[in-house]
Amino acid sequence: MLERSEVLHVARLARLRLDDDEVDRMAGELSSILDHIAAIAALDLDDVPPTSHVVEVESALRADEPGPCLDRDVALAQAPAVQDGGFLVPSPQAG
Amino acid sequence: MDVNEIIELSAAAAIAAIERGDLDAAELFSAYRLRAEADELNAFTWVAEHLPADMHADGPLRGVPLAVKDLFCTAGIPSQSGSKILEGYLPPYTATSVARLQDAGAAVLGKTNQDEFAMGSSNENSAYGPVLNPWDRGRVPGGSSGGSAAAVAAGLAPWALGTDTGGSIRQPAALCGIVGLKPTYGTVSRYGMIAFASSLDQAGPLTRDVTDAALLYRHMVGTDPNDATAVGHREEIRLPTAERLDGLRLGVPTELTTGEGLEPGVMAAFEATLATARGLGATIEECSLHSAPHALSAYYVIAPAEASSNLARFDGVRYGLRAPADDLVSLYTNTRHDGFGAEVKRRILIGTYALSSGYYDAYYGRAQKVRTLIAREFASVFERCDFVVTPTSPGVAFELGAKTADPLAMYLNDSFTVPMSLAGIPAISIPCGLSDGLPVGLQLAGPAFSENRMLDAAHALEQAIGFDGSPARTPTGAAS
Repeated sequence: MLERSEVLHVARLARLRLDDDEVDRMAGELSSILDHIAAIAALDLDDVPPTSHVVEVESALRADEPGPCLDRDVALAQAPAVQDGGFLVPSPQAG
Repeated sequence: MDVNEIIELSAAAAIAAIERGDLDAAELFSAYRLRAEADELNAFTWVAEHLPADMHADGPLRGVPLAVKDLFCTAGIPSQSGSKILEGYLPPYTATSVARLQDAGAAVLGKTNQDEFAMGSSNENSAYGPVLNPWDRGRVPGGSSGGSAAAVAAGLAPWALGTDTGGSIRQPAALCGIVGLKPTYGTVSRYGMIAFASSLDQAGPLTRDVTDAALLYRHMVGTDPNDATAVGHREEIRLPTAERLDGLRLGVPTELTTGEGLEPGVMAAFEATLATARGLGATIEECSLHSAPHALSAYYVIAPAEASSNLARFDGVRYGLRAPADDLVSLYTNTRHDGFGAEVKRRILIGTYALSSGYYDAYYGRAQKVRTLIAREFASVFERCDFVVTPTSPGVAFELGAKTADPLAMYLNDSFTVPMSLAGIPAISIPCGLSDGLPVGLQLAGPAFSENRMLDAAHALEQAIGFDGSPARTPTGAAS
């Protein structure tokens, strides 16, 4: 069973605030999911290479030539807050 | 043509009717638009107000309307991926697969509801409410492409786009009694699909029949300068014509046709279909995918791990929801607290845990090795068999709310579809019968790039099965 402190640690890594009742619920649910996943710990996989990508892809890089990109106005159009042609965010310093 | 006659046409038949001059594209669009707007299944999150002005009516798809899963970016049209964190988001560009279909003459009819960020098997994880199954409105349509499946089954759209990461096209197609194709990974560009798990996500068609699936897929495949993993297809996709299965060997993996979750009614429909396949000249043999029982475990490490990384972009800075905060880190954490639903939070936490220091090798590293085993075992089976066949889902559509309290029980819905996703191979679900009045899906899976042969086999089976999807289509529209 995951401890509350472990759930809070992972949530902090994921930049996710959880309510108190969410922490308790997630501790239980994540534990049952991790127990199911733990079945793969028993397999003998020493000589098996990992697969990160299933289709063999040859390097498909396009020519590195400058081209048009999104206009600044378009890129900013969906932003919650904008100032001086950039995304506006609060200070990194608390308070 | 009478509206009810129009609605009974497959997409291919509608195209033929337009080419003969018996139907015009505006009439077709209008018929579906009115039905989509009157949608009582909550299948749509947005419906077009009129026929797109820039439609390529001369293209081979002749203006036939297309429903598009919400997670495909469509320029100037809400693209929310079923999430509150993207409520009202209007992308500046259109996904390559959608743009290709528009170039071929498809007209975007609407955006369809889905599980939030495609995470779910019932559509109950949508921030915009659950979708109802047109066969029984007290039941789920499956997920995550549940809106697309329900819309096609109910005749609210002639066909639809979905995405499949671990079964999200095939399982809802099965539960709604329609056809769903998950293509070979990499044959369709992922550019503009709001990402869930990048090594698994693949776009594909949800259609009324196998011919329509081939037709839509034909216009989706191709390489893309914006997606280095898009390799296109080695063959031109043909419309299927096969009526027989002579000489084909179908492998039935014992690991995916047994187990306590498998409903007897599903097994009965599956076995009846195997008998039909024999009658068409196929031979049926048992085969083994030893690691398949571990596929779900590997999947629920790999997919959440990739999701936890992909979903890092939703931080309240550039688009979407922003929660009040006094400092930057609180802006991130509050926005994600307010904007993500419970299942998305669960998967972000699982994925972050599996990738975190000290756990990476035990979880992500091992899951990737299991993935290798599964791909090898499929390759070995395909040395003897042309296709693997299984039920698509262990059960028929379940009641709304039946599994929401138990995330693990919900994940088990994907047991038969996840192995193919991990191996990157194509698989199609076709309706093969009813169990207690609800549709059952048959899944055929083949080697990478075997779509043409697979579509032919699915077509031959479809003709012989003669499944009747009309009970899901209300004749006078969803408003009846």
